[in-house]
Formats: sequence, structure tokens, C-alpha cells
Amino acid sequence: MSHKAHIPIGPYHPLQEEPEFYKLVVEGEKVVDVDVRIGWNHRGIEKLSEAKTFDQSIFIVERICGICSSSHPITCVQALEDLGGIKVPDRALYIRSIVQELERLHSHMLWAGLAGHFLGYNTVFMWGWKYREPICDIMETVTGNRQNYAMLKVGGVRRDIEKEHVPYILTRLDEFTRHLDMLRGAVLDDPVLHARLKGVGVLTKERAIDYAALGPTARASGVDIDVRRDHPYAAYDRVKWKVITQPEGDVFAKMVVRIMEMYESVSIIRQCLDKMPAGPIDSNPKDIPPGEGIGQAEAPRGECFHYIKSDGSNSPVRHKVRAPTYMNFPTFRETVIGQTVSDATIILAAIDPCYCCTERMLIVDKDDKDLFDIQELIRLSQEKTLKLKEKMGFK
Amino acid sequence: MGFKEKVLSKSIYAFHLSSGSCNNCDIEFLDTLTPRYDLERFGIIMVGSVKHADVLICTGSTNRLCVPRIKKLYEMMPKPGFVVAWGACGSSRGVFKDSYNTGAPLDEIVPVDVYIPGCPPKPEAIIAGMKKLVDKITVKK
Ligand code: SF4
Repeated sequence: MSHKAHIPIGPYHPLQEEPEFYKLVVEGEKVVDVDVRIGWNHRGIEKLSEAKTFDQSIFIVERICGICSSSHPITCVQALEDLGGIKVPDRALYIRSIVQELERLHSHMLWAGLAGHFLGYNTVFMWGWKYREPICDIMETVTGNRQNYAMLKVGGVRRDIEKEHVPYILTRLDEFTRHLDMLRGAVLDDPVLHARLKGVGVLTKERAIDYAALGPTARASGVDIDVRRDHPYAAYDRVKWKVITQPEGDVFAKMVVRIMEMYESVSIIRQCLDKMPAGPIDSNPKDIPPGEGIGQAEAPRGECFHYIKSDGSNSPVRHKVRAPTYMNFPTFRETVIGQTVSDATIILAAIDPCYCCTERMLIVDKDDKDLFDIQELIRLSQEKTLKLKEKMGFK
Repeated sequence: MGFKEKVLSKSIYAFHLSSGSCNNCDIEFLDTLTPRYDLERFGIIMVGSVKHADVLICTGSTNRLCVPRIKKLYEMMPKPGFVVAWGACGSSRGVFKDSYNTGAPLDEIVPVDVYIPGCPPKPEAIIAGMKKLVDKITVKK
């Protein structure tokens, strides 16, 4: 006879840096189901953004997620540029690419460290975070801040990359690549990691497409998608690089994809620094006309998407954000069922979930429907007026 | 300075509590624990349970769902316990002040001992802040 046990994880749990609640249903060692409760990190960004001016919105979306603090703004400004048909100077496009790739480097390195920590390789955790520091230093040189760069604005970028900074950036990148080589050797040639991660949490190509998985999660399952190539933005169509894919779909493949992507990012940064034309960095647009615009960008975790509607005033009427984890997260349930409890954490970590990007409000009702939807509320309000009218003797 | 404070100031165990942050503050906190900034040289390490902790490190804009949990975790922390308000969000709810899902400011929920401003605070600021906490503990009667 089988006995099902529930393991609650969270909302405050040492495993996660963000609050999130999971319930694993296990039978013996095997995970048979998983449930998640959300809302611990919800800050109502879309609504906040609609109360701000367009320029302020960019700072708000920057604070959606600390790791993607250039992906969200770049998507937002691209949506606004799409809306207003605004041209961006060439030099600004190159600088945007550089900042995007720096962000990818730091995010993937951070992920490698955390994955090592989950597997019991605390040295990898310490290394990963230490090797990430050159990137943070470059960020500080280029943008003036280690995190939350405030680099993007509609029509260009806020800061230029000075000529004197280029040699410094290149030497720090060399340093980073040396460490990366070492980490790649240590991680990809480790027999224990091969045994531990291969065949764990497999997401097949068909299921990845069904779930509309994005970014490294999809590319590790052999789905060849990348916004940077499919819908080029910034300067990605002017440099040479390739999309990394792996056919296996397991945790190991996701690790390989991320590590190999870092090499591509380094190469993109070098090419951009090399090819960057001189000129202005900002086209100083004056206002945003009424209309709708969309922006897409490849964040470290996958495609990030923003939709903005304007009515000609100085703030958005509607601002919709779809972060990559929103699409990747459901694949966790698909891949974790049937695996052992001890693998659950690394399978979750493999999609590199970012809850603060994805957080939504949760409305709980036992009949599985919204307590009140808007039609319901309007109906209630109309009924109340009717009742009042009747009471007061109006017909 | 009593015996407890003297011991405490040499080995501070911190519990990290994120309540609706943008993650950056959390990253910078973890970053200061890793080799480059290495908070451990001041005896500060992160612990997994609030029952082992001396300091509650609160990042984020105190989400409405989290407010009761923050109170509860503060009660569960052994005393003398200290609270650090981390970042602009922890200190004043930062850019999320006007949101419908943001609760009360942290210092109205629990007593706060040290504020570390910044969005996110730089690791150097964090180290300075933790040093202030140590000073506060040692001069406390
Ligand atoms: S203070 Fe800034 S960096 Fe820290 S959680 Fe708030 S918005 Fe993010």
C-alpha cells in the first residue's frame, strides 16, 4: 500500500534566497506531485509603472529583478521605441549589447555557483562568486554601479564607454576567461557530476515546445531559439556568434549550455568593443505618441517581453511584463515527477528560477475560480443601485 | 558590556529574510559572504534557521503577505536579537512604497537596530553597517 507524504518547503527556507512556498508530495523516495503557492514577492510592478512617467517606468522595471536589471529596462525601452518609431544611434546599440552580455556573464556565473552549492560543492559556490567579481568591476567601470545599472533610456544609453576604460575591460575579461576555463575543466570533467546530473530531470524537445520553454532551458532540450538571433536587437546582428544547443534536456545539458554561452558572451563583448563606432549615444526623443509597442530581449533565462500602451500622456496606460521564468517554471513539475526527493532541488535550480520576475497575485478559492471577476463586480454594483432605487421608490 | 554581548559581538549568526525584494540586496548579501569581501572574518555567517540566529537581516519592501511572518520570525529569534534593515526597501520600502501589495515599513513592524541604505548597498557599505552593529552590541548595557 502506498503512503503519500507532503514535504512543505518555505516560504522562508535556507534553500532559497527568495520567499516561495512549495509542497512536494512524495511516495517513499519518489516525488509524485508538486504544488506551489505564490505571492510572497509580489510588488505590483505593472500597476506601479502605470502610475509613473515613462522615464520613471524604466527605473521601476529595473527593480523587477536584481539579476536581470538590464534585460527588463532594455525590453521596456525597446517597447517604447517601437511605439514611437524612435531611432537609436549606432554607438548606443553597441553599448546596449555590451551591458546585456556582461549581465549574462554575471548571471550564469552566479547560477553555476548556486548549482554547486545545491550539489554539495561549496567550493564551486565560493569560486563561482569570486570569479564573478571581475564582471561586477567591469559593470562598475562601465555603468557606475555593481547592480541596478540605470544604463538604459529611451533613444539611447545614459553613459558612454570611455576610450581609457577599454584596456581595463579587456584585461579583466582575460582574467575572467582564465577562471572560466578552469571552472569548465573542473565542472565538465568531473566524473561525480556526470554520474549525478546526467539523465536527471529530462525535458524532452516535444515537451519543451509544448510548455513554450525559453532560453537555456529550451536550448538544452535541443530547441534552437534565441531572440538575439531570431529578432535581432541592439548590435547582435553585427557581430559573429552562435547559439549553443544541447540535445539531451537533462540538468547536465543545462549546465553545459550555460557554461558555453559564457564564452560566446565574452566573444560578443570583445567584438563590440572592437567595432564600436564613434558618435552620439542618445537621440533625445521628445515625447511618446499614442499607440502600442512591444519589446523583446534575451535575458539570461530566456525571452523577456514587455507590452506598453500609451494614450499620448506621459505615463503608460497598460504595461504588461512577461518574464522568462513564467514560461520555464511549469517545466519543473514536468521534470521533477518520478525523480527522487534528493534531486528535486537541483532540477528546480536547473531552470534558474527567478521568482521576483514571475510573481503574480494569487486568489484562492476552493472551486478553482476567481472569487469575483470584474463582470461579477459590475453586476453586483448595478444590483445595489437597483435595490436602492426600489427602496427609495424610484422606478 | 555583559558576557552575552561580548560573546555575541565576536560571532554573529545572521538569518536572511527576504520580503518582496528585487533580489539585488539578497545577491549582495551572499556576495559579501564569499571570498572577496568575506564577512566571515568578522565572525558573521549565515544560518538556516532563525532559532540559531542573533541577527535578522531584512531585505525587501515588506510585502503584505510577509508582514505576519516577519513578526513571527522576530518572536522566534532568541534574545538578545538584532534587526538590520537592508537597502532602501528595508529602510523605507524604496520604490515600491506606493504599491498595493506593500505593507507597513519594517521599523513599524519590528524594532530596527541598524539601517544600511543603498539600492542595493555596496559590499563596502554592508561591511561598514555590520561594523556599526558590532559597535552597537558592545556598547549596549
Ligand atoms: S533596495 Fe533596491 S536593490 Fe534592494 S531590494 Fe529594494 S529595489 Fe532591490
